[in-house]
Amino acid sequence: MFADAWSYLAGHPRQFGAALWTHVALSASALAIAVAIAVPLGTWVAETRRAALVAINAANIGRTLPSLAILALMMPVLGTGFAPALFALTLLALPPILINTCTAIRQVDADVVDAARGMGMTAMNLVRKVKLPIALPVIFAGIRTAAIQVISGAVLAAYIGGGGLGDFITAGIAMMAVPQILVGAIPATLLALGTDFLFGRLQRALTPVGLRTG
Amino acid sequence: MNWLLGNWDQVLVALGEHVAISLTALAIASALSLAIGIWAARNERVFNAALAIGGILYTIPTLAFLALLIPVVGLGKTNAVICMVAFSLLIMIRNVATGIRAVPHDVVEAAEGMGMNRFEVLTRIELPLALPVIVAGLRIATVTVISVTVVAAYINAGGLGTLIFAGISNDFAPKIWTGALTACALAVAADLCLARLEGWLRRRAS
Repeated sequence: MFADAWSYLAGHPRQFGAALWTHVALSASALAIAVAIAVPLGTWVAETRRAALVAINAANIGRTLPSLAILALMMPVLGTGFAPALFALTLLALPPILINTCTAIRQVDADVVDAARGMGMTAMNLVRKVKLPIALPVIFAGIRTAAIQVISGAVLAAYIGGGGLGDFITAGIAMMAVPQILVGAIPATLLALGTDFLFGRLQRALTPVGLRTG
Repeated sequence: MNWLLGNWDQVLVALGEHVAISLTALAIASALSLAIGIWAARNERVFNAALAIGGILYTIPTLAFLALLIPVVGLGKTNAVICMVAFSLLIMIRNVATGIRAVPHDVVEAAEGMGMNRFEVLTRIELPLALPVIVAGLRIATVTVISVTVVAAYINAGGLGTLIFAGISNDFAPKIWTGALTACALAVAADLCLARLEGWLRRRAS
């Protein structure tokens, strides 16, 4: 079974390469855009309690929505292809990052903020030099969660013509060809596990030694 | 919306399948997680092992997991339920174990001093006090399971995903809207109900 999958892969290198590249491109772009939106937004809404509450509640609802439902809803509105898939995946990645950023910044010790203000820091400096660095481990944890969500969602992007490793899985299921299914499923699994491992290492590296728990 | 009004029976059938398969998966996951979680609460090594395995299972992309199970159990509901149980294990075992561990030791000691045996301590003291945290885990597992069920329609497990996939292959938008929005509504409703339950349990326990 695995031998058949391997020979299928060896027989279609360009197809596999394209699918893998699309998958990584989709995931990385969606994650990058989500970070670029959610971290500043989360920092901004963290300033007021009401804004933070609204943002976190909205993001929590966003988190409960089934991934495939979000992807499917893109089709009648944006059509099929890479761009609609990218849009949907970015939406999927926003909630964890937003929630973590907002919560982490709000949880920065008030005494530390006081001391910084006492030193004469402007609001901008306060955020950049004090709040963000302290909040970084938790923000990064949110980014890690979002990354796994996005890679998993990118597999589903095959349904709306977004390409990626899901193409092999859906085609394989349609033809009941197990080798083809495995050529999609195993690399997708390895990609997700590998990314999680990498982000885990990065998370440890970003956490100040004093705050590490293991 | 016209389509929905004319075909609400179809939607209800799909919704019923969706709820049935989700509840089955959650029941199995809860039973397993309770057993393993109680064990993990007492045993550090079991705790770490369970979390490590659960973590790996949870990271596997949904469709990839379902696909990997095809050579093993074929298509259908069994495949989907196995996948959903696997995804739920991490969060539920972790919450059962941490919930039980969070019960203050004095309370357990007082109960033992009153003559309760291990089983009574577990069922009358530890589990009731751990209930809010357990339900918090159940809440996340429920949302996950509903989400997986949507995808599992592709491997003949039924549910609201069938409407979505039919809509995609026939390029018929109303089916996509109905399937997707109903699935979203179900997930949000379930999350809200369990959040209420969690809040009520927290107030009751404090």
